[in-house]
Amino acid sequence: MAVDVTGRVNPTRARRKKALGTALVYTVLFLLLVIIAAPVVFAVIKSTQTSQQVLQYPPMLTFGKSALANFKAALIDYGLGKNMLNSGLIAVIGSSGKIVTALLGALAFVYFEFPGKMLWFYFVLLTLMLPMPVIIVPLYNVMAKLRWVNTYYALTVPYLASATGVFLFQQHFMSIPQSIVDAARMDGVGPVGFLVKILVPMSTNVIGAMVVIQFIYLWNEYLWPLIVISEPAKQVVQVGLKILSGGGAQGVQNWGVVMAGALIVAVPPLVILLVLHEYFMAGVGLSEEK
Amino acid sequence: MQAKFPGKLLPYIFLLPTIIICGLFIYYPAAMTFRTSMYQSLFFGARQRFVGIQNFTRLLTSPNYLRSMGITLWFVFLVVAIGLSLSLLIAVLLNRKLHAAKALRVALVWPYALSPAVAGTIWLFLFNPHSGLVNYLLDLLFSNKPDWFSHPTLALTMLIVTSIWNNFGYNLVFFLAGLQNISDSFMEAAEVDGASFWRQLFHVTIPLLSPTIFFLLVININYAFFDTVGMVDVMTKGGPANATNMLIYQLYKDGFQNFNSGLAAAQSLILFVFVVGLTLLQFRTTGRMVHYGS
Repeated sequence: MAVDVTGRVNPTRARRKKALGTALVYTVLFLLLVIIAAPVVFAVIKSTQTSQQVLQYPPMLTFGKSALANFKAALIDYGLGKNMLNSGLIAVIGSSGKIVTALLGALAFVYFEFPGKMLWFYFVLLTLMLPMPVIIVPLYNVMAKLRWVNTYYALTVPYLASATGVFLFQQHFMSIPQSIVDAARMDGVGPVGFLVKILVPMSTNVIGAMVVIQFIYLWNEYLWPLIVISEPAKQVVQVGLKILSGGGAQGVQNWGVVMAGALIVAVPPLVILLVLHEYFMAGVGLSEEK
Repeated sequence: MQAKFPGKLLPYIFLLPTIIICGLFIYYPAAMTFRTSMYQSLFFGARQRFVGIQNFTRLLTSPNYLRSMGITLWFVFLVVAIGLSLSLLIAVLLNRKLHAAKALRVALVWPYALSPAVAGTIWLFLFNPHSGLVNYLLDLLFSNKPDWFSHPTLALTMLIVTSIWNNFGYNLVFFLAGLQNISDSFMEAAEVDGASFWRQLFHVTIPLLSPTIFFLLVININYAFFDTVGMVDVMTKGGPANATNMLIYQLYKDGFQNFNSGLAAAQSLILFVFVVGLTLLQFRTTGRMVHYGS
């Protein structure tokens, strides 16, 4: 708001300044969206070119005709398709498992009284201080003892507890009106029925946000699969992409195929984010209706 | 306070999966990290010898390790400082009722879904000295085509640019949301007082945004410290001449390429010290942040 020397608001000047500001804001915004998208647009264009076109200088910035061949090479010849199935399976099982254990944990913490409750709560919460890199060497030894090296157990089971999830659901459950719990108990609903019939339907925002966050997290895991999986057929997409970008088994880098591979690996988490973005935004506190 | 269900055993049954997994796959390995850090691996891990704190003294007196720590801290600092101040500045410029706010948030936030390895792969080609877009633009503007991969500072710059790009939209969306929560009357009062843009930024906006800033600090530090391992592995492999050899990448190499688990475990504990600091910062803020989402 513009203010003149007398301290009063000058309406015409204020309006003009605002209109100018608005135009500027949308220009900056448009440029920003272009800059953010540019690398991926470049990758899309390059993924359609032949191995000669992709290396031209000055860079060829129009679509080529090799899209099908490049994507097919990445998916089949370099085995990224198989890696996709592996990662998909792991991300779906892992994120659903995390949500179930977190819902059960939060149910126990919010709707029950039991000895050592606070102690157990901190037991769960303090795992936030122990991310994978801090425990990775002995965790590998645990996997070796369980004979889980090169299995999907190693890529799912250690992830199934979620301190963030327990904490998010606990906070959410505490905001649910007590009268609802009383009414449910009056109707003789047990804790499991209460969780399934009342809490879960009332937690769709948090569950949706958890799906987005955990799916993306598990799909994007890099270091642990790199270490614990050595059989190429069992490997996840992120490591598959690294092998592809290093030239794969053939050792020859075809940048068109590499860009196709990067885009393939990016699609599933992007789709999850786009489809569930409203839940995600609401769950992380970015919704309009606060 | 919520009404309770009766039952002594039931809550433990509900908690059992979480407790078993935390115990077996987090706390037990964490305890073993302490133990392992005091042993030296011989013959590629075939034999272990107790060495006390020698692994730590070896690391903390090793020029290579200290250099790696310096590079990591410098990298984290630059990614966080540049990334956050740039997104905050742009958020302040953009702060008003925008049309299609929901679609706009999605159009900004989506690179968050791309892993550091995917971002790294795409930027690996963008920075390609011969046919990448970056050198094409630099050639047009300055007639200069640097070799990003053979120069230490340039290689680190490449990782910094890629990391900032990966998180930029996410940071911006959180800053915009935080700004929308600040009552207009604060800003107007500052304007009526004749405060300059920078004065207003440092004395009004930043203090009022501190919950969002803390939250993003934790997320971004964590990203730069740990998540970038995939990006480093894809883009530079720690090179040239160890110029982008981050602590986490060194840990991976010592633990799983040189099979020196004792030395790697000691590095894990050094990282743990950083994580503890970060978590304390997080506990200060998550309560607030989660409150937003409830």
